[in-house]
Amino acid sequence: MTATTAGAAPAVAMRAIEKRFGAVHANQAVDLTVAAGTVHGIVGENGAGKSTLMSILYGFYQADSGAIEVEGKPAIIRNSHDAIALGIGMVHQHFMLVETFSALDNVMLGAEPSWFLPRARATVRARLDALMHDTGLIVDLDKKVAELPVGERQRLEILKALYRGARILILDEPTAVLTPQETEQLFVTLRTLRERGTTILLITHKLKEILALCDAVTVMRGGAVVLDTRIADTSLDGLAQAMVGREVHLGRAADAKPARAGELLLQAEGLQWRDPFGVLRLADVSLSLRAGEIVGIAGVSGNGQSELLDALAGLLVPQAGTLAVEGAQFAPAHWLRPDRARELHIAHVPEDRHRRGLVLPFAAWESAVLGYQQRPRYDHLGWLRQPVMQTDTATMMERYDVRPRDIKLKSANFSGGNQQKLVLAREALTEPRVLLVGQPTRGVDIGAIEFIHGRLRALRDGGGAVLLVSSELDEILALADRVIVMCGGRITGELPIEQCTLQKLGLLMSGAESDTAAKAA
Amino acid sequence: MSRPIELPRWLDLVVLPMVNLAMAFAVSAVVLVAIGQDPVQVLALLAKGAFGSRSGLSYTLYYTTTFVFTGLAVAVAFHAGLFNIGGEGQAMMGGLGVGLVALGLGNALPAWLLLPLMVLVAMVFGMAWAAVPGALQAWRGSHIVITTIMFNFIASALLIYLLVGPLKEAGNMTPESRPFGAAAQVPGMHQMLAWIGLEWPRTPLNFSVLLAIAAAVAVYLLLWRSQPGYALRTVGHAPDAAAYAGIRPRAQIVTAMAISGALAALVGINEIAGVHNRLMADFVAGAGFTGIAVSLIGRNHPVGIVLAALLFGALYQGGAELAFEIQGFSRDMVFTLQGLIVLFAGAMAQVAAPALARAYRSVRPVPA
Repeated sequence: MTATTAGAAPAVAMRAIEKRFGAVHANQAVDLTVAAGTVHGIVGENGAGKSTLMSILYGFYQADSGAIEVEGKPAIIRNSHDAIALGIGMVHQHFMLVETFSALDNVMLGAEPSWFLPRARATVRARLDALMHDTGLIVDLDKKVAELPVGERQRLEILKALYRGARILILDEPTAVLTPQETEQLFVTLRTLRERGTTILLITHKLKEILALCDAVTVMRGGAVVLDTRIADTSLDGLAQAMVGREVHLGRAADAKPARAGELLLQAEGLQWRDPFGVLRLADVSLSLRAGEIVGIAGVSGNGQSELLDALAGLLVPQAGTLAVEGAQFAPAHWLRPDRARELHIAHVPEDRHRRGLVLPFAAWESAVLGYQQRPRYDHLGWLRQPVMQTDTATMMERYDVRPRDIKLKSANFSGGNQQKLVLAREALTEPRVLLVGQPTRGVDIGAIEFIHGRLRALRDGGGAVLLVSSELDEILALADRVIVMCGGRITGELPIEQCTLQKLGLLMSGAESDTAAKAA
Repeated sequence: MSRPIELPRWLDLVVLPMVNLAMAFAVSAVVLVAIGQDPVQVLALLAKGAFGSRSGLSYTLYYTTTFVFTGLAVAVAFHAGLFNIGGEGQAMMGGLGVGLVALGLGNALPAWLLLPLMVLVAMVFGMAWAAVPGALQAWRGSHIVITTIMFNFIASALLIYLLVGPLKEAGNMTPESRPFGAAAQVPGMHQMLAWIGLEWPRTPLNFSVLLAIAAAVAVYLLLWRSQPGYALRTVGHAPDAAAYAGIRPRAQIVTAMAISGALAALVGINEIAGVHNRLMADFVAGAGFTGIAVSLIGRNHPVGIVLAALLFGALYQGGAELAFEIQGFSRDMVFTLQGLIVLFAGAMAQVAAPALARAYRSVRPVPA
C-alpha cells in the first residue's frame, strides 16, 4: 500500500459534532477531515475539546448530534469494539497494559485466536513477528511489561492496535513520557507507518512536534475548530496564537537577566534512598540552592527527581545523606518533617496536585490553607478561623488569577491550570525562601503556563531559590539558570544554562543508563 | 471526562432521598400486597404507631437516640477514611463502663456527680476499645474492618463472662447485674417534663435524647469548624495530601477511632443508665450495625444522621406496633421494610440520580 492519492475518500470525516457535559459545551459544530495516509495533528489547550472529539471517534462518548464517516462510509460508533471493527486504534497517554503479563499476552488479551493458550500464543507470535518486521516496531515479546522501558511499552501499544487491524491510529500525547531521542525514534516509526498507508491522528500540545511530523493540523479552542490548515501554510507562532487566541511568549526572554546567585539557602549532601523493593532511587545526590536562582532538574520521569523533591520537602526520609537549611542540620535519624520545612521557609508545589496539592472534595478555601492549617493565622485554640481563611483565599485567587473566583467551589471543579495556580498562590503567599516545584505545568494550558512561568521568575527575582523538576525540557530551558540532569537516581551532569543544548541534555538524560544496567545485573 | 452526575444541592440533598424512600415504600407495598395485606392500612398503622400518640412518639425518639449515637460513630470514622463496624462492641464496653461506675460508686456519690462520671467513664471505655483496632491499623496495617468485627466478639464474650461471673446478681437466673439504685438512674423524659409541670406518659425516653442532639452538634463543629476536624477529614479524603500538609496520619487514625468509640459508647447511657438500670448482656441488640445504615443514608452528616435515625426509630416503634395490631404480621416484615430502605436509600442511593438529572434538565435547559 502506498499513500492514498488526492480524491480518494478521507480516512475520517466528522461533521458538525456537538457534545455537551452539563453546562460545558465540549464540542461545538466540530468538523474534522483527515486525508487517508497522512499524519494529522490535533492541538489545543486543556479543555479545548480535542480529547472529547477523539473519545467520540473511538466510541467512549456518543456525540449529541453530528455524523461520522470512516473511509467514505457513514459509521455509527457506540463503543470501542465498533471503533476497532472500523479499523480505528487508539494509544492512550496512560498505557493500557497489564504489567504482570508478557508483552505477547498483552497483545493477545481480548483477541485470543484460540482458547488453548499455547496455540494462541504461537499464532499471535507469528503474526506479530511479521508485523514487527514490516513496521520496525521492535518489542521483546517475552518480557513482562513491567520490565520494559517506557519507549518499548509505547511501541507495544501501537503494535497492539495494529494487530487488531487498525488503519487509523489515534495517539494521545505520545511523547509526554519520552526522552528527546526516544521521541525521534517514535517519529521515524510513525513516518514508516504513514508510508505503509496508515492514517495517524496525533493529539499533542507540543507545537514543534506538529511541525516536525504532521501533514495537516487542526487547532481547537473552547470546543470549536479555530484553524484547519496544511502544515506548509502555518508556523509555530501562528499555531500558538490560534491555540490561545492571543500572542504568547513561552521561551526564554531574549533580555533575560543572568542569575545573580546569592547566599547559600539549602545544601544537600550524598542523599541516598532505596525503595521498599530494594531499588536504588537516589544514589549519592548532592546539590545546593542559592538565593536568586532557578535550578532545573531535567530527566525522564521516574529517574529519582520525585524522590529528591520529596526528600527536600520532608516527605521522604533518605537512608543516608545530610541536609542543611537556614542553619538547621538534618540527618536520616532526625530528618526534616513537612511542617518543619514550612517553618524553615521551604514551600513545596507537589508534582501531583490531585493527590497531594489539594484535597479534591474540599472547598477552595479549605484547600487553600493545606499545610498551614495550624498557623495561628488560621487556628484559634483549635477552631478554624474561617473568615481569615476565606479572605486569604480571595486574595490568592485575585493575585494568581484563579478562575472562577469562587472560594466555595469544590477544588475538584477547577480546571488543571486553575488548580495549579491556587496551589502556587498558597505556597507563594508565605513568601518562601526556597520553593520546590514539581511539574508545575503538567496538564496546564498555555495561557496558564505563561502566567506560572512569570510567577516563578518573579519569586527568583525577589531573592528566593527555586528548584524546578520538570519532564518538559522546553520548560527547563525557558526558566532555569542552572540545569542538573538525573538518570537512574544519580546526577549525571550539571550545566549552566548557557551550555545547555537539547542534544547534550538528551545524552545526559539517558547517559547513565548503561551504567545502572550494569549495576542492576 | 466522564464526570459524576452533579445535581443542584437541593435536588441532591432533599429530592433524591425522598425519591429513594418512595421507591422503598413502593416495593414494600408490592411485597405487602403479595402476602395479602393492604399496604395503605399497614403504612398508616406504622405511621400512627410511631408518631400517633405521645407514648408512641416517645418510644420512637428513644430508639432514635441510640441510632444517633451509633450513626455518628460510623460517620466520624468514615470521614477519616475508616470503616468502623465495631460500634456494637464499643457500645457494649460503654455499657460496661456505666455498670462498673454505678455498681461501685452508686451508693457513695450523689446523682449530680455520679451521672457525669458514668458518661465520662462510658466514653473512655468506648474510646479505649476502638483505639486498639485504630492503633493496629495505623502501625501494623491490620484492616480496621476485620479487627473491629473481632473486637465485637471479644466485647460480647467479656461482657457475658462478667455477667455470669463476678457481676452476676446472686439468686438471679438471667445473666445480669443487680439494679444500680436511684442515684444511677438517668432521669426519664416523663420526670423531666414533670419538673416543669407537664404530664407525659412513662416511657424509656430519657435525658440521653438531649445528649444525642448535643453529640450531633459537637460532631458537626468538630468535623467542619475545628482544626483537628480539618486534619481528620484531610486524612480521610487524601492521605497523601495529609502527609504533604504535615498531618500525621497515624495519630489521626487513632484519634478518629477513639472519638468514634466514645460516641458509640453513649448507647450505654441511653440503654443501661436510662432504661434498664442494671447491666445486662444484649442491650445493644444490633444497634451498632444499624448505625452503619443510618450513617450511610444520612450521608455521613449529623443532620442527615439525625433524620435517618428518626426514620429507623419510627420503623422500630411502628413495626412493633404493627406486629401487635395486625394478624399474621410479624416483626420480620418490619425487617424486610428496613432492608428495602437500606437498599434503596443506602446501597442504591445514586440509582435514581441520572433520571432525576434528566428530568431537571428538561425542565430547566442549560443556558448555551
